[in-house]
Amino acid sequence: MVIRSNEQHLRWSVLVIHLVLFSLVLFSSVSGAESDSITAIPALAPPTNVSAIDKPNDGGGSISIRWGLSQDDYDGGLVSGYKVLRATDSNGIMSSFTEIGDATAGQAEYVDGNVSDDSSYYYQVVAFAQIESNGAAHDLIAKSAITGQVQSSAQWFDWQRINVFVGVLILCALIIFYIRQAQSGKELFIRKIAGLEAIDEAVGRATEMGKKIFYIPGTQDMDNVQTIAGVTILGRVAELSAQYETWLEVPVARSLVLVTAKEIVKEAYSKVGRPDAFNEDQVHYLTDDQFGYAAGIDGMVVREKPATIFFMGAFYAESLILAETGNSIGAIQIAGTGMPSQLPFFVAACDYTLIGEELFAASAYLSREPKLLGSLKGQDMGKALILIALIVGILLETFGIWTFSDLFGVID
Amino acid sequence: MRREIPLFITGVVGIVFVLQYFIPHFPFNKMNAWFSDWFSIVQACAIWLGVLNLLKISFQNIGRRKDDWGYAIVIVVSFLAISIVGFAEGEAFRDSGTSFTWLYDYIYTPLSSSMFAILAFFVASASYRAFRARNFEATLLLLAAFFVMLGRVPIGDVLTSFMPDQLQLSSLATWIMNFPQTAGQRAIMIGIALGIVSTSLRIILGVERSHLGGGD
Repeated sequence: MVIRSNEQHLRWSVLVIHLVLFSLVLFSSVSGAESDSITAIPALAPPTNVSAIDKPNDGGGSISIRWGLSQDDYDGGLVSGYKVLRATDSNGIMSSFTEIGDATAGQAEYVDGNVSDDSSYYYQVVAFAQIESNGAAHDLIAKSAITGQVQSSAQWFDWQRINVFVGVLILCALIIFYIRQAQSGKELFIRKIAGLEAIDEAVGRATEMGKKIFYIPGTQDMDNVQTIAGVTILGRVAELSAQYETWLEVPVARSLVLVTAKEIVKEAYSKVGRPDAFNEDQVHYLTDDQFGYAAGIDGMVVREKPATIFFMGAFYAESLILAETGNSIGAIQIAGTGMPSQLPFFVAACDYTLIGEELFAASAYLSREPKLLGSLKGQDMGKALILIALIVGILLETFGIWTFSDLFGVID
Repeated sequence: MRREIPLFITGVVGIVFVLQYFIPHFPFNKMNAWFSDWFSIVQACAIWLGVLNLLKISFQNIGRRKDDWGYAIVIVVSFLAISIVGFAEGEAFRDSGTSFTWLYDYIYTPLSSSMFAILAFFVASASYRAFRARNFEATLLLLAAFFVMLGRVPIGDVLTSFMPDQLQLSSLATWIMNFPQTAGQRAIMIGIALGIVSTSLRIILGVERSHLGGGD
């Protein structure tokens, strides 16, 4: 019994010693953790639901990659950004992934614009972060699942522009319809445009005073529709000046406008039976430079004091410099431009101003040709439709029924 | 044929340009760039037409001793000087420190800037005429201009500092610019856009021929 009691005592002693040692080890490890900051490095959550699709409404050559943000990507979260990796498919074998671009934290889309329509691609998105731990910097990454194969292709219609397409179709249909109506002999009412009515008076005044007429077709080239509208009015002015035997001078800023304007003036003189009165030097080139052109015309205006000046076409900052100089010599001035920012200057300095659309209507108005008048009517109907759309849109949006303006959004 | 060929080219190019806006597929997606390149090439070649015309008129004026023929000498001398210097310096003519750059920086740029600066005086004289309260519309214009100009300088808010923020002159100026002004400007722009579409369609369809030198 004594032996057995000693054995039992010994076992208890060993157990107590083990417990004490275990407690000491446990205590030292806990206190050591507090003093040495040895922390486990957290794992980073990967991006989810990665998808890659052919970018829609484009000419091919690009793939759009989208993903769900990593769970560690939030304000103040671990994620620093994402890397987009790409692999190509070659006869069913996937190449190794290479980095093709990156995105910042919070960004969930990347467009790979460097792909070939003939190849298939795989994509993988990698979230990355850098943390400081145990006195050292650690790079963390978390790879998403691989997505693919995907191939880019070119589309035959940009559906984002369908609203513009429909608008253009309606407008063209209206214009063609009214051109047909005008051709069939239907009388069309066109309101009076004071600036165009005044052309005869302005040319007549120059004739009475025995002075020149200056015609300035703007500072832009023949690729600008305002210049084309400007030179169409030149034809009418040239006819009148040929009839009244008044010198018409056309200083131009572009070589192609020089050729076109020369042809138009020559044709106008022939049309009224005065080809002999046409002088090649009536239409002449000054310079392509904006302010050089303005200086050249100002000099001519001040020296030669024309009775009448026409400004018809596209103008920029030189508009007021030209118009005020003409105003200072007392010339009768008629201007027309489609540049909204220059219109106030012309209104302030000229006797008559063709505001925007009136410049484009001038050719039809002056020629009175039914086909051209029909196009004006169609244009006016287009304006009426826009007016109706504006009223409907204001009502719907004001009462919060529907965001009508969404119909008119255009993505470039 | 003198009219038909240009009309045909205009029609085809016009239609292609309309289509390329809606079709992103090759070759339509490249056409804008191709045509722009071609236009630049034609434009660059055509510059000689202008230059030769300018020199011809200037030499005529000098030869015939026309009024103010002295200016023609200035044109010819300036043209020759800048051309000779530019060609003599070869491809690097635009580098800093070259004579061409000196001419550009110290003669051309100040002249150009001076012309632009004249605008300030013309704005003053034109404003003086435009803002005279001759009738109701002109009076409205005068008042709008008065409030906008005063609202854009610090003294505007100082004068109305006793009023709530939204009634101060700077707020009023912003309101005039954002609402009545923008509405008016957009109305004009809608008209211009419609006019451009209509004119373009007339040209594409060959209904408008005035720019080719007359009617039928």
